[in-house]
Amino acid sequence: MSKTPEKQKGDPETTGHSWDGIEEFNNPLPRWWLWTLYATIFWAVAYTIAYPAWPMISKATAGVLGYSTRGEVAKDIAAVDARNAGINEQLAATPLTEISADPNLQTYAQNAGGAVFRTWCAQCHGSGAAGAKGYPNLLDDDWLWGGDIEAIHETISYGIRNETNPDARYSEMPAFGRDELLEDAQIEQVVNYVMSLSGTPQDASMVADGEGVFMDNCAACHAEDGTGDRTQGAPNLADAIWLYGGDYDALMETVNNARFGVMPEWQDRLSEAQIRAVASYVHGLGGGEATPE
Amino acid sequence: MSDTQPDAPPSLYAAREPIFPRRVSGKFRNLKWVILIFTLGIYYLTPWLRWDRGPILPDQAVLVDLANRRFFFFWIEIWPHEFYFIAGLLIMAGLGLFLFTSALGRVWCGYACPQTVWTDLFILVERWVEGDRNARLRLHRQKKLDFRKIRLRLTKWVLWLLIGLATGGAWVFYFTDAPTLLRDLVTFSAHPVAYTTMLVLTVTTFFFGGFAREQICIYACPWPRIQAAMMDEDTLTVGYRVWRGEPRGKGNVRRKKKADVMAAEAASQAGGPGAGIGQAKYAPTPYPGVADKASAAPVDAAQFQDGPGDCIDCMACVNVCPMGIDIRDGQQMECITCALCIDACDDVMAKIGKPRGLIDYLALSDEDRERAGEAPRPVWKHIFRPRTILYTALWALVGLGLVFALFIRADIEMTVAPVRNPTFVILSDGSIRNTYDVRLLNKQGEARPLRITATGAPSLQVELEGASAQTITVPADSTYLQRVYVIAPEASAPAQADRTEFRFWVEDVTSGDTASKGTVFNGRTN
Repeated sequence: MSKTPEKQKGDPETTGHSWDGIEEFNNPLPRWWLWTLYATIFWAVAYTIAYPAWPMISKATAGVLGYSTRGEVAKDIAAVDARNAGINEQLAATPLTEISADPNLQTYAQNAGGAVFRTWCAQCHGSGAAGAKGYPNLLDDDWLWGGDIEAIHETISYGIRNETNPDARYSEMPAFGRDELLEDAQIEQVVNYVMSLSGTPQDASMVADGEGVFMDNCAACHAEDGTGDRTQGAPNLADAIWLYGGDYDALMETVNNARFGVMPEWQDRLSEAQIRAVASYVHGLGGGEATPE
Repeated sequence: MSDTQPDAPPSLYAAREPIFPRRVSGKFRNLKWVILIFTLGIYYLTPWLRWDRGPILPDQAVLVDLANRRFFFFWIEIWPHEFYFIAGLLIMAGLGLFLFTSALGRVWCGYACPQTVWTDLFILVERWVEGDRNARLRLHRQKKLDFRKIRLRLTKWVLWLLIGLATGGAWVFYFTDAPTLLRDLVTFSAHPVAYTTMLVLTVTTFFFGGFAREQICIYACPWPRIQAAMMDEDTLTVGYRVWRGEPRGKGNVRRKKKADVMAAEAASQAGGPGAGIGQAKYAPTPYPGVADKASAAPVDAAQFQDGPGDCIDCMACVNVCPMGIDIRDGQQMECITCALCIDACDDVMAKIGKPRGLIDYLALSDEDRERAGEAPRPVWKHIFRPRTILYTALWALVGLGLVFALFIRADIEMTVAPVRNPTFVILSDGSIRNTYDVRLLNKQGEARPLRITATGAPSLQVELEGASAQTITVPADSTYLQRVYVIAPEASAPAQADRTEFRFWVEDVTSGDTASKGTVFNGRTN
């Protein structure tokens, strides 16, 4: 067995621990580290008193400072609202057609309107505003009730075929088949005629007869050339865009049973500034039209 | 009670031993003064340099404009997406530290680290106020808190706080226009963040430089631990020529040893070469440009192995050490290689008529040569090694890459983000429209008229949202988001194809500068 050499003068102090003759040097930690450890313990305890911490049966202890993350969010939202109050007021007071002339106002309206759109409109019109069957695509250049910013603003404010608001635009297409206004054969003819208007392949033998049916029953709203009438929300049947589909089956369904798309009014849920913002946003999606002089 | 009561267990915690570095002068001390003045000068004065960038951009030469996300450095302006320049500079700083550490050990710690520089300044102030080491020790040991002690302590702390305030003050000037901020600070109308930053930096400077000092290096800083792994046997670092200095001794011990040696010499009558005690035994490290060749001659070492060494145990090296260590114990964790012990020892060696360099910049690989009585290899041999050359090459490569990137960067840039929700829109005439969010970056100090066009598919037409023409004015030094529509007529190839590649071009109508970006047009898929 080897023997541990005697300790020499100047050898480092040992902790007194010894394992099989192996001793541990004592390299003492700075004392202030210890105080730092105590300080962190004190801090931890104080923290759990000051802030929500200890889980209880239904919720955690509230903490004496009354802090909550929800409260922070509410505070942040209130701060943003306060910061935007001035520009919202300006937006509500600026004539719709003049919003785009002020770059600052236009940028704000586009961004705020985008947020409103994604919150309230995207459910039907899609987050990219491309719409769906029965819900108009807001990106294209085809508008049922008008695509200038004032028309869009009116649509958003009152809704479409919204029976709770007398200012809402309203129109209704007759159910020509269901209500037996037309014979089945006439419906088939007029459907083929309508398909011919936009160049969709159709049964050419029925087009001539269908034209007659169209002139008698449809032209009053959809115009003689089938380009529709925005004052009644009658769709343009001669273009490439179909709200409910432009194939034979979809058109048969439309003429037989009619369509009745509705949109709620937003003036009771959104502020005027929000409605103007979202009108500006929709107008800027690519299909916006200039306001007629 | 037993007689053989064990000793009380040693404490696992110890108070910090206060350190009172003595004043020292010499070439390394002078070098450190020069570096101190130079680095602090850069730090305090840089925010006040002006640089004309025209009427719109700030005229501060070095400015980190956080609010507008810009970094200005003289003629260079860095935008957030060009942050790779900063990353490149950080890589260069890293490689530079590798280089210096492998060549010269912890030279960064000893000379250039802010902790070292500010601590040096604080110790200087301490010495001005309270006197040199012995006076400070006396003051420290004086229990009675008399008027003089209070006055000296308060004077010192106030001076330290002023330095701290200037440190925090200089820092905030880098982030906003310095003269404006100074006026605001003095009139108490500056942003609270400026005051908070200054307060934090004042307190940390005061505390780190005045009280924490070497403890930052020992306990807080990770870099020394990494550096230790980067040194090798050729690294020049501050060391003690133990083979020359030992056995150390002073006074009677020394005289006795000397007498022993004389006796031994007389007894053997060997009478070797004329070198006697007190003459050069070993040469100091030959620094470039230092004409100390006389003492660099190899001498017979074996003759002196039993005699007293050159170290007279005067403790000068220990007394000047800001880390409170004894370099004669060998390289150790605490040593920041500030080289003040070299100056202190050289001074003593000169006084006792010995060659300088008992404590010196040494490389481990020279120890065997020196023990054998040979002169150490020249400094350049230690510095020019494959490893350091490789580090230098990498460092230069990154640097050249950055300079190259700086020269090729355009002052118009464009990014194109195709709108994918939906991928295309059918218009009423049957044509297909794709939408793109185009971001235009105008890096010049003036507004520029930019024209957007598309090439690659002749049937594509470009329209801009909110603009009747294809030209828009992008404000100075800003990013402009423009929604761009690209329309393909119903029967055209891009409308019918699944995907068509094309390229957006943006052209400055006045200067003719262009930028381009390739993207894809999505045709009708149903």
